[in-house]
Amino acid sequence: MWGILRQRGIDGGGLSLRRTRSASVSARSYAAGSKEMTVRDALNSAIDEEMSADPKVFVMGEEVGQYQGAYKITKGLLEKYGPERVYDTPITEAGFTGIGVGAAYAGLKPVVEFMTFNFSMQAIDHIINSAAKSNYMSAGQINVPIVFRGPNGAAAGVGAQHSQCYAAWYASVPGLKVLAPYSAEDARGLLKAAIRDPDPVVFLENELLYGESFPISEEALDSSFCLPIGKAKIERQGKDVTIVTFSKMVGFALKAAEKLAEEGISAEVINLRSIRPLDRATINASVRKTSRLVTVEEGFPQHGVCAEICASVVEESFSYLDAPVERIAGADVPMPYAANLERLALPQVEDIVRAAKRACYRSK
Amino acid sequence: MALSRLSLRSNNPFLKPTATSLPPSTRRHVSTDTTPITIETAAPFTSHQCDAPSRSVSTSSAEILSFFRDMARMRRMEIAADSLYKAKMIRGFCHLYDGQEALAVGMEAAITRRDAIITSYRDHCTFLGRGGELVDAFSELMGRKRGCSDGKGGSMHFYKKDASFYGGHGIVGAQIPLGCGLAFAQKYSKEENVTFVLYGDGAANQGQLFEALNIAALWDLPAILVCENNHYGMGTATWRSAKSPAYFKRGDYVPGLKVDGMDVLAVKQACKFAKEHALKNGPIILEMDTYRYHGHSMSDPGSTYRTRDEVSGVRQVRDPIERVRKLLLSHDIATEKELKDMEKEVRKEVDDAVAQAKECPTPEASELFTNMYVKDCGVESFGADRKELKVTLP
Repeated sequence: MWGILRQRGIDGGGLSLRRTRSASVSARSYAAGSKEMTVRDALNSAIDEEMSADPKVFVMGEEVGQYQGAYKITKGLLEKYGPERVYDTPITEAGFTGIGVGAAYAGLKPVVEFMTFNFSMQAIDHIINSAAKSNYMSAGQINVPIVFRGPNGAAAGVGAQHSQCYAAWYASVPGLKVLAPYSAEDARGLLKAAIRDPDPVVFLENELLYGESFPISEEALDSSFCLPIGKAKIERQGKDVTIVTFSKMVGFALKAAEKLAEEGISAEVINLRSIRPLDRATINASVRKTSRLVTVEEGFPQHGVCAEICASVVEESFSYLDAPVERIAGADVPMPYAANLERLALPQVEDIVRAAKRACYRSK
Repeated sequence: MALSRLSLRSNNPFLKPTATSLPPSTRRHVSTDTTPITIETAAPFTSHQCDAPSRSVSTSSAEILSFFRDMARMRRMEIAADSLYKAKMIRGFCHLYDGQEALAVGMEAAITRRDAIITSYRDHCTFLGRGGELVDAFSELMGRKRGCSDGKGGSMHFYKKDASFYGGHGIVGAQIPLGCGLAFAQKYSKEENVTFVLYGDGAANQGQLFEALNIAALWDLPAILVCENNHYGMGTATWRSAKSPAYFKRGDYVPGLKVDGMDVLAVKQACKFAKEHALKNGPIILEMDTYRYHGHSMSDPGSTYRTRDEVSGVRQVRDPIERVRKLLLSHDIATEKELKDMEKEVRKEVDDAVAQAKECPTPEASELFTNMYVKDCGVESFGADRKELKVTLP
């Protein structure tokens, strides 16, 4: 399942793109002649452009260089920038993450890759105590312009120790910024913003999205393109129920919205893009319009991202709500391996549809 | 390559240190011959902070034949797993052990089922070595209820507690402090048992190894750290990840032994030596020089960071099963045909197990919520839609 990826030459605009040999490429309608880009290529191009623009930016992680990246996100970067900008590390997250944070203290701009965020737990002390809190503890003397990136959440059949979503954990920490792209445009704009940002950013990607193609605008292909951190995107306008989610679940929510539309329910789908800062304004404005809220995430339900969104809406828009708030999340169990159990442990489109209908008092 | 020398400890006229083979009608059927014989390892041991054990390994014809069969079974299991993965009947990650069989088999020959073993995600053959059944392994790999973890663990999470096999761990290096903890419990309970803690050359650089080893040495824990050095940590060669790839020396104050991990008799000898040492003197490190034919996992072709010549070279010169075959043939313990027949039997055994596993059902949906806790006290758990699926834990 390694897609063949062409090395990208970045010269600001003249890019021709090709789909990877990924199994699942969802069909999206787009105007004839407009471009498509995989999330993988989007991330690769974002890192490439930021490395080109700023010599302080460097990449560090397991298999990022000679192997071309475990998931090929850093493909071609070692050849282009050399071993002084792209570092293959031993399998020692606590060590190399600490080293990355130290380099950021001194003004460099590391992009540290975790092969998956499950392995970030080996280094979490450095992410929280060494990176997130430094600017505060030093009264602004030591800021940490570092990006921690890698795949987060469930993949397919990788079991309990390799499937956890860390959005809720990291987003609860003041001092961190936590981003979660969905589309290729999100991937490019948010990663470029993250690398340029002077604060520590946890950048949660999704392995199953890497091979998916999305239409991408000329503006998004420009090397100066950047998305604001802390602003959600309304992916689909609607008036009957607000569905809020992030990452891969945005795709599921959009499919759910299609199904709901067939039954006369108009769902508004919000793609958070940023978990911290959380765009409470956009979420609440939407709920004040629709009066109904369905939140969706892949991670464990207790103390999750959805819990925070529900709390915010209940606190700020209580009198606008016409139905109880809804949470669709991963099951409250470690991720089982067996395919049938794994399916039960993760949100499915029908779960989102069911919750939306409940919120509209249209169950069954 | 130097062949082992055979010396006699009995007057068995059929085992002579010459090349003459006796006519089939007079050759004794030796598969159950447990008369002790001694065989020299092909290479000496290299030691650090201790005296190396003797190269003369006590064994028997029956034992060497069992080595052949057990390794052949492990080899076929891994090859079958490769096919099943490509047929998408195994999902997720699948890390294969073919090439490293001598380690699992030689270790078992030196220890008991009361000694504990803990390892990484490359655990299929270790499970088999601990007495695990092929059907249970294939069922687990295919996510069936019959699996050794009821289908809930997957390839990286095989366990067999009744044989003191504590898994099956996905996070590189995590099993090392865990293994030292098993040794702690053995000492605490005054058992005369030891724990073998298996890890790779990639994990050898993990800080938690040094933290746990320091404590194990301070407290004289019967922990034997076994570095399965297959020369690549995922796609990175040892010289690119370790300033000192002399893993048997990395314990500094902890003694170590470097072993030819492709020689099952050397592995047996080293493990026997290590167990005696650990029971008296605390931790010791065994570095097993071994090789994996497959890439890191089924997602890794294993050919971008090493040449095909290197892989085939090891297969030709150092393959652990071939070495035992040569030993059996040159010492007249079995004929070529007998060995080929044995391999055919093993192949059938594996094929039958695969077929049987394919027929096994997937776990019940209710299994999603079982084994959360031992003691549940009426705790709730939820499915993806918490208003649709809410259970009180069984």
